[in-house]
Amino acid sequence: MPAVQETIDRVRSIDLDQYKYGFETTIEMEKSERGLSEDVIRFISAKKDEPEWMLEWRLDAYRRWLTMQEPNWARVSYDKIDYNNLYYYAAPKRKAAQSLDEIDPEILKTYEKLGIPLREVEVLEGIAPERRVAVDAVFDSVSVATTFKKELSKAGVIFMPISEALREYPDLVRKYLGSVVPVTDNFFATLNSAVFSDGSFVYIPPGVRCPMELSTYFRINERDTGQFERTLIIADKGSYVSYLEGCTAPKRDDNQLHAAVVELVALEDAEIKYSTVQNWYPGDNEGKGGIYNFVTKRGDCRGDRSKISWTQVETGSAITWKYPSCILRGDDSRGEFYSIAVSNGMQQVDSGTKMIHLGKNTTSRIISKGISAGRSQNTYRGLVSAHKKAKGARNFTNCDSLLIGDQCGAHTVPYIESKNASAVFEHEATTSKISEDQKFYCQQRGLSEEEATALIVNGFVRDVLQQLPMEFAVEAQKLISISLEGSVG
Amino acid sequence: MADIKNLRTSAETGLSKLFETTRQSLATHEQIAREEAFKFFEATGLPSRRVEAFKYTDLRAAIVEAAPPAEAPSADAAKAAISSAKGLANVEAVRLTFVNGHLVAGLSDLGRVPAGVTVTPLNEALAKGDVRLGQLAPVEQTRENPIYQLNTAFLADGALISVEAGARVETPVHLRFVGTGETAFSTATRVLVTVGEGAEFSLFETHEGPNGIAYQPNDVVDAVIADKATLRHTRLNREGDKAVALSTIAARLGAEAHIESVNLVFGGALSRHQIYLHFAGENATATVNGAAMLGDGQLADSTLLADHAAVGGVSREQFKTVIDGDATGVFQGKIIVRQIAQQTDGKMKSDCLLLTDEGQMMNKPELEIFADDVACGHGATCGAPDEELLFYLMARGLPKPVAESLLVQAFIGEALESVTHDGARNALIGEVEGWLKARG
Repeated sequence: MPAVQETIDRVRSIDLDQYKYGFETTIEMEKSERGLSEDVIRFISAKKDEPEWMLEWRLDAYRRWLTMQEPNWARVSYDKIDYNNLYYYAAPKRKAAQSLDEIDPEILKTYEKLGIPLREVEVLEGIAPERRVAVDAVFDSVSVATTFKKELSKAGVIFMPISEALREYPDLVRKYLGSVVPVTDNFFATLNSAVFSDGSFVYIPPGVRCPMELSTYFRINERDTGQFERTLIIADKGSYVSYLEGCTAPKRDDNQLHAAVVELVALEDAEIKYSTVQNWYPGDNEGKGGIYNFVTKRGDCRGDRSKISWTQVETGSAITWKYPSCILRGDDSRGEFYSIAVSNGMQQVDSGTKMIHLGKNTTSRIISKGISAGRSQNTYRGLVSAHKKAKGARNFTNCDSLLIGDQCGAHTVPYIESKNASAVFEHEATTSKISEDQKFYCQQRGLSEEEATALIVNGFVRDVLQQLPMEFAVEAQKLISISLEGSVG
Repeated sequence: MADIKNLRTSAETGLSKLFETTRQSLATHEQIAREEAFKFFEATGLPSRRVEAFKYTDLRAAIVEAAPPAEAPSADAAKAAISSAKGLANVEAVRLTFVNGHLVAGLSDLGRVPAGVTVTPLNEALAKGDVRLGQLAPVEQTRENPIYQLNTAFLADGALISVEAGARVETPVHLRFVGTGETAFSTATRVLVTVGEGAEFSLFETHEGPNGIAYQPNDVVDAVIADKATLRHTRLNREGDKAVALSTIAARLGAEAHIESVNLVFGGALSRHQIYLHFAGENATATVNGAAMLGDGQLADSTLLADHAAVGGVSREQFKTVIDGDATGVFQGKIIVRQIAQQTDGKMKSDCLLLTDEGQMMNKPELEIFADDVACGHGATCGAPDEELLFYLMARGLPKPVAESLLVQAFIGEALESVTHDGARNALIGEVEGWLKARG
């Protein structure tokens, strides 16, 4: 059956034309020369004052990248990207700021407009004052401010731009960088390894529960630049961290490339919760402009009983190519993926997850909801695999898609690979597996079967959305009321 | 960024040489279609796991050498070969016997064809111009498939079966494919079935061959099912243990047409059965099931494409795989719902029972939906037999192997239930029991 009116209205309310963050900031920028070469990589590395091994690492990645082919298996199409016509480094010209007063006021204004508090006394919009969030603000290729650093360091938590971490904690970075997403992982990750400029580095020491939520806010501003950030989060034994990520970009007629890499490492008994609201400029209704969001995100549950949970709300980008994954290496480790992807206009989304079960008794859960409207294409692509040694692995996957209008498409491409008999995998893409008991209970009280189903499913979706930190409440609120009625599987 | 080109394998070079030599001996008709098909194949080569549709079934690795096309067998050899062909042998049917991919008239019931049905050997039909090779591709997507195209290029024999409009044919036609030989050989057959408006027709296919010989059959059934017509198709694979068996059924359904297709797989070192359905007319329905029971060293791939291109189509697909030893099961299913195909109802399910820790199952149930008023779903499960169910049966005095066999039989049975023909269904169940008995 077609989608209900309420859902249609909700999706419209997050329509492309209402993109609020499309403004541009005019400030003087310093850029690398146009194009990509070993010289440009040396330039970036020198700008960041990096150790020699890091430059070699980048150059190795670049040489490898030259031999690689751009992937074409995703269900997205776009004009060939001219990698030699981009700027790989762009930073505000003013020297690195030691305090907020030294930051270019234009940049401060930008973050104000975006509702991102860079002063520690401020808090995010709509959040109770006692809930504080530490923010790392990345503007094009550099981090312009990181808040609450001192307070966090009292707890032993390291939260800083990765370029700074490379200088201050080179051994720690070297130990983990590229250990989850290897340099040669894929075309875009290799490109990122060669040219990444900034991003956040987080280390939570053993047994520490991070005293506040950490967040990074990415902003692309400069024309013709690509943003290549790299985030590395390490949760040592028994620690916990919740990390949020947000992103926006100006409205422009040409496309811009965003190729990030995020690596998470959870050691024994540690837990990382990673939430994203992806709101890059999606292009206009005719498909002009917008960000190409080609991102590699992967978490490694390296220790026993560790847990990594990805939650994403995707509404932006002209093209999304993104598969936040979990490698469940430690015994009894757990991976989760909760996703809501809304596409509108001419957007193309090819997103999903990978749950790779390697350890014993590992469990994973995938809940994905794709909603396509306008002339967009929305694809869920996911892999669940159990290695021979992953005895007792369990997975439950549920992916639903909803189409609004007959000009869009919704697609599901799951891969389910089981290599041992004790692994139990269940995959479903309909609402048919709702507990008969619950349905019967509701129907006993006078609801029709459809109403009962909708009630149960909506209750379930609410649960998923409640996984999102408060900061995302505003966006999430709009999505909560989207019903699954008319879901096509 | 470098372009990556695969080196040609010995099998690919071998196929090119074979095509060079056989193109002379092939009938002069349809030369262009064959040349085009081979050109397509030459451009793609044998698909490796880098090709998405062959991700789990790497033909480039599996076909090491191209086996030469089998010659038509002598009358004695053919007779000897069919004496061992047991598949559906006890079910009442009109039989067309193919030995090594060649129709053997002497061992076929060409004179006993039921009323309303005409059977013409394919070469004769092509020579007369009754049918053209281009017409033999009722589903567009097969043109992109290297297995189908290889079949077109090397096509040696087959049959054209036409069912008159309105004919309700009770006696099934049984296509009995038997392979025989001491060394590796290949076969390529094509059977075209046209079921006229409102007609009903049942088709059996059985495939058997020698153990220990790495022969390479490539069999295609093309079906054009007219409005309100029904085709019931039952297929049994009992190929030899070293065979690399490729097969395709491609069916085009008219308005309110129906297809019922069941494929039961036991044989082959590697088997890949491709099912293409094109819902061309409104309110067409399809029930497509598959079951595979695999032992050590086997790989069985079921690949399905259901293309809904008209309003109100209903498709039900259910695939069951039982894996013993270190076998591998593959299911790739894709339901496409085009923009025009509103009110489509498609459900696809693949379940797997892993009896050992060495076995593996790869499931890829895809949906591609462009219409907003549809109900499509897919499900996939995989796991060992339920301990609780086993315990229940054992608590009632059954030894574990018997209890396990019962569960397996019930599991597979679900996929075979849709076979309408009682005799055929019972014969398939008998085959399942035989497999379980042999397993012990």
